[in-house]
Amino acid sequence: MSLLALRNLTKTFGGLVAVNSVSFDVAEGSIVGLIGPNGAGKTTVFNLITGNYKPDSGDIFFDGRTIKGLPTHSIVQMGIARTFQTIRLFQNMSVIENVLAGCHCRMQSGMLAAMLRTPAQKAEERHALTRAARELDFVGLTDEHANLAKNLSYGNQRLLEIARALATDPRFIILDEPAGGMNDQETAALIDTIRAIRDRGITVLLIEHDMSLVMKVCEKLVVLEYGALLAEGAPAAIKDDPRVIEAYLGVDTDD
Amino acid sequence: MEEFFQQLTNGLAVGGIYALIALGYTMVYGVLKLINFAHGDLFTIGAYLGFTLFTAFGLSGMVAGPGAVVLVLLMVVGLVALIGFLLERVAYRPLRSSSRLSAVVSALGASIFFQNAVMLIYGAKFQVYPNDIRPSYVLSIMGIDVPLVRIMMIAASLALMLALYWFTQRTRIGAAIRATAIDQGAAKLMGIDVNRVISLVFMIGPALGGVAGVMVGLYYGQVDFTMGWVYGLKAFTAAILGGIGNIPGAMVGGLLLGVIEALGSAYISIAWKDAIAFLVLILILIIRPTGLLGERVADKI
Amino acid sequence: MTVSRTTSYAGIAVVVAVLPLLLDPYWTDVFVSIGLYSVLALSLNIILGQAGLFHMGHAAFYAVGAYVTAIANTMWGVPVLWAMPFAGLAAALFAMLVARPIIHLRGDYLLIVTIGIVEIVRIALINNVFGLTGGANGIFGISRPTLFGFKIAKPVHFYYLVWAYVACSVLLFRRLENSRFGRALNYIKEDDTAAEGSGVNTASYKLWAFVLGAFWAGMTGTIYAAKMTIISPESFSFWESVVLFAIVILGGGSNRGVLLGAFLLIGLPEFFREFASARMLAFGLAMVVMMIFRPQGMLPPMPRFYKLPERIRCVTGKDGGAAAAQVGGEA
Repeated sequence: MSLLALRNLTKTFGGLVAVNSVSFDVAEGSIVGLIGPNGAGKTTVFNLITGNYKPDSGDIFFDGRTIKGLPTHSIVQMGIARTFQTIRLFQNMSVIENVLAGCHCRMQSGMLAAMLRTPAQKAEERHALTRAARELDFVGLTDEHANLAKNLSYGNQRLLEIARALATDPRFIILDEPAGGMNDQETAALIDTIRAIRDRGITVLLIEHDMSLVMKVCEKLVVLEYGALLAEGAPAAIKDDPRVIEAYLGVDTDD
Repeated sequence: MEEFFQQLTNGLAVGGIYALIALGYTMVYGVLKLINFAHGDLFTIGAYLGFTLFTAFGLSGMVAGPGAVVLVLLMVVGLVALIGFLLERVAYRPLRSSSRLSAVVSALGASIFFQNAVMLIYGAKFQVYPNDIRPSYVLSIMGIDVPLVRIMMIAASLALMLALYWFTQRTRIGAAIRATAIDQGAAKLMGIDVNRVISLVFMIGPALGGVAGVMVGLYYGQVDFTMGWVYGLKAFTAAILGGIGNIPGAMVGGLLLGVIEALGSAYISIAWKDAIAFLVLILILIIRPTGLLGERVADKI
Repeated sequence: MTVSRTTSYAGIAVVVAVLPLLLDPYWTDVFVSIGLYSVLALSLNIILGQAGLFHMGHAAFYAVGAYVTAIANTMWGVPVLWAMPFAGLAAALFAMLVARPIIHLRGDYLLIVTIGIVEIVRIALINNVFGLTGGANGIFGISRPTLFGFKIAKPVHFYYLVWAYVACSVLLFRRLENSRFGRALNYIKEDDTAAEGSGVNTASYKLWAFVLGAFWAGMTGTIYAAKMTIISPESFSFWESVVLFAIVILGGGSNRGVLLGAFLLIGLPEFFREFASARMLAFGLAMVVMMIFRPQGMLPPMPRFYKLPERIRCVTGKDGGAAAAQVGGEA
């Protein structure tokens, strides 16, 4: 069954049609790659799903319910988490506090509980800290927990974004160029991490320019060009699709 | 009808002053994305320098021909431009790469500094401009009496605005200013000396503000050290109203705000005169934050 | 780190407690002012320091609280301290109304709008809005507060009242900062979009920051009204907001920094009274110099320390997959 379904999604900026009537499905428990040349509208599709942009027309269904027009934080609450292409961590806060940001939407305590330090509030803080520590461990950044986010290496900042997204307890995670700025070793580890995320039962949708990563990890690819859907299917089929080769892979296919 | 016409011309005269000050805000915002809080105080300094020069030269009565007024204005322009230049060098340039908050706080500090410097030099009391400099003729237009000074103010501010518009649209330096406003990095790559452009903007804006200060002194006959704050906020409102960063927008916004305020205080309530501008400011920021002539730009995520 | 912070607070508490024994009424009064500004700046710090919202209209909320107290006391005979929660609620309600439509505005725009609001409030007070505020002369004859039958009238009485209030505020705000609520404000300050993308309802938290800050400022208005017994619109001018803004910015956004800022900006000028007229000049210069050489302020907040649960540190696996499976199982 499809966890996420886009139906004729369209978004324009001024006169530019950034996303033109795009429809595709993401099956629950799968890893799907969204690829296409620069400027094809991939990140715009992500921003539409997460509610950062409002679509002009079309609809987005998550688990059978429309999420069109909902504010971003509600979409996160429903179980869609994301990372950003341009890393957006809370740079001057500690690594663990960055992960705690993800726990926020699964917590209840408000202003009054915090001022009064109620037992429930204290227990919840402890629980959140445990959860955050686990996610940090999951991406292998436990030793960095007390560092400030801005002091992490580029690759580790990407991992921290993933940990923060996972801390929201998502059913669906959107990764925007997770391997951007990573070296080969880090990328290889990232592939394991992405698979491990899926093994936790979390569906993955990712944008990535590293074709070897995409071919290795994705079960399905969706190709965008000029904001419109060009092709979709299994990686092997996409790789041999002449339209895709012409538009995107060109002659320099990675393998 | 008579009342309406009087208020309209009065509004245009005051609006012209708002527009001249607003140009300084909008140009600085254009190139630095900074609200120059001290700009209103440069306007005050202009007014006080005008006062000093007029009294120092003993310009009064018939001695003060139009030539003398122009001379004083030119001197004020030069002095205020110099202060504007120094302000940018001292208080803003070291903060070019800092957070926006730091620059805003520095601007605010500079504003407090200038305002109190004026107070310490001239005293907390208002100062009276020599009142026989301005022409006291009253023109009769279609049976309605309009003071000549009002017409001259409107004409002078319109002339300055047109000159600035021509300068930014038709000269090489003007093109450099516009290019810097659109994309500082790209302008640098195209060989534009961005630092010089910014310095220039910090001279042109305050110069116009200084002229506006002298005009207020001549129009109302008195100046006080806190006036820059109220005029500054209103001029900023005008800049927002027209679309900040947009030079024709500041002109339109200034004139429009002057008229709205004049008509509002005449037909609604004089006691709420100062609140009208702030209400306009809040409404425009809520309803159309890009202003009347501004363009909407999508935030990049 | 935590210990040193606790010790420093204990030290301050002792000094504050014995100080009036050494001071004459004039200086006691100065310290009452420092205390009042401290609480106001602490409440502004939630909005400006913690959430990073450029708010320069705090005097408006303070004014609402003071006027509600004055009106309730002089017209309806409500005892001053009883009016305190209502003053807070009125200011909070006012904040909710005015902040909701402007909360999404970007930094410097928000700053300008809040300046506009504080000016509109002042003009409204001068114009004797609803016929309740007494116009430009304000309201006089506010009675002295009584606490458990004890009449608070002398400076030294106010001293202890105000500083007890400061202590409570510091305690509660410190707890708040080290909580989900406090972190949410910090996330918003750091990166609004990332905070929303992490599931924080940014619009709501910004609003609550305003509401809480206003509530506290409103309650402080009560104490101000009680101390002065006369209030007028000029007490709540834009400059009051600027002073509060500067205390928070120069202080650096931590509670200790705010207290230090209040002392330096309100107390220090009293030592140099012969230069009183140059006070604001020095003040403006200090803001420029501070931003150039130490933009984070005198005492910026220290990073929060979290002790990770031991159990997790033990399972830190070399094998990412195994650790992942474990998390997945428990999540």
